[in-house]
Amino acid sequence: MAIGVKVMKRPTKQTSYLRATLKGMALTFSHILRPKVTMQYPEEKSSKDWTLSSRWRGTHRMLTDEQGRAKCVACGLCPQICPANCIKLVPGEDEEGHRYPLIYEIDEFRCIFCGYCQEVCPEEAIHVGVHYENSEYSRDRFVYDLERLTAQTHPVSTLWDPSDPKGE
Amino acid sequence: MTFFLVSSIIKVFIVFNLIMVGVALLTLLERRVCAWMQDRLGPNRVGPQGILQPAADGLKNFLKEETAPAMADKTLFVLAPMVSFVPALLTFGVIPFASPLPTKWGVVPMVVADLPVGFLYILAISSLGVYGIVLAGWSSNNKYALLGGLRASAQMISYEIAMGMSTVAVLLLAGNVTLSQVIAQQQLAHAWFVVPLTLAFIIFFISALAETNRLPFDLPEAEGELIAGYHTEYSSMKFSMFYIAEYSNMVTASALMATLFFGGWDIPFTTWDSTGEPTVLKTLLTLAAFSAKTFVFLFTYIWVRWTLPRFRYDQLMALGWKVLLPLALIYITILATAIWFIRVRLGWDYGAGMAWALGGINLVLLIVVAWWLDRGRIVSGSVPQEAA
Repeated sequence: MAIGVKVMKRPTKQTSYLRATLKGMALTFSHILRPKVTMQYPEEKSSKDWTLSSRWRGTHRMLTDEQGRAKCVACGLCPQICPANCIKLVPGEDEEGHRYPLIYEIDEFRCIFCGYCQEVCPEEAIHVGVHYENSEYSRDRFVYDLERLTAQTHPVSTLWDPSDPKGE
Repeated sequence: MTFFLVSSIIKVFIVFNLIMVGVALLTLLERRVCAWMQDRLGPNRVGPQGILQPAADGLKNFLKEETAPAMADKTLFVLAPMVSFVPALLTFGVIPFASPLPTKWGVVPMVVADLPVGFLYILAISSLGVYGIVLAGWSSNNKYALLGGLRASAQMISYEIAMGMSTVAVLLLAGNVTLSQVIAQQQLAHAWFVVPLTLAFIIFFISALAETNRLPFDLPEAEGELIAGYHTEYSSMKFSMFYIAEYSNMVTASALMATLFFGGWDIPFTTWDSTGEPTVLKTLLTLAAFSAKTFVFLFTYIWVRWTLPRFRYDQLMALGWKVLLPLALIYITILATAIWFIRVRLGWDYGAGMAWALGGINLVLLIVVAWWLDRGRIVSGSVPQEAA
């Protein structure tokens, strides 16, 4: 048993498993009285044993600056890196030469929630969010436009930091 | 005659509805107890504590699409659920469920039909239920369904014998097959038949698990190997009928165990419930006692189901033919001798003394059987062997 293989003790002839049966019955009965682990979802969304990780990658959110405008400068890096090709960006430029997105849409159905868009964004504008309740009544509601992305309020994901791999 | 007809019709109506409601609540109980045993909560959303869940399930089953396999035998396919459903409900008809109820027009015995051949009737009708299962398996024209049906019939034949043999012991002691008389005997002696017939009760209990196709004997369904066995091809209300049949068989088997071995509607340690004038209060209290006893067995059914894994087919047959049947036969021989000795040589009638004397014999036999069954001494299946 040098490598610690667990060899089960099996009966060599017919046995009734009488003791095992009684022991099992006692065990299942004792479980009736134990505390339950079920989290009653719509009322309870997290418990002391279970919360969403801060690195959870859910539906997107666009952060805004002090004037309430999207931080995005329409550099085009996120549609470039997106492996699912789900970001549609049409850049625009105002009189002062500031670039901004004319159209910024994310198709959440195509998105694979890899979080590359957040990682690549130089302005820390687009983020994946710590959020999972996304139901809608129709499919076209899943293409989030700029207005919707900026209106989201849920917390954003903290990405993995190589210098702090365990998130401490 | 009119009184008999009217009271019978009312009793049939009430008993039918009580069983249907009981079965519905039983499905909920099964799911909730299962959940509790797995540290979950179970369905608790529809109504307070999920009490309306069975209503939601039933409604869903009514609205579902009826399907029938293209190559199925249509007549038998439709007939099979009924054939398994009807006997399951019929069997309850002879079980007394409370002390007689006095009414303005006369005393009504609280049993749908107190047949003189009560117990034989139950054995006959309950084994008819397997026809429904076999027919379902055959008519579905599906390999798995057919295998399920075959298994059901083999299992039913094997365990029917052990079950019948274990009840012979009851009949030896009661000297009667009318269930109301069996109950009266136990009340007179102030000793339930479980004391003088412990081993018979254990054999009966195991066989009853097999007869109702419950785990660890649910080979006809065996979702792991046969998908759903005989009801693989059934949908909507036809499927539901198999389910109701299974659960009402459980109710009947539990009620039967309560009647034969635990004094039926007798309230323990009292005599006033079975003596004197019948009153409404007595009827209600004895009904409660009967329900409580039945409930204990129903709970045990569920408890066993969520504890034990399924038998392998050869293990099932070995247990039925090599253990239970010889055990029941030897037991009857010993018990018949003991009863003959006590009745004829000592001249006792059935009473507390005889019950406890036989109880002593049972205890000895029980120890012997437990010792014999315990030869292998496996406490759990996953004990690591000590390194050699």
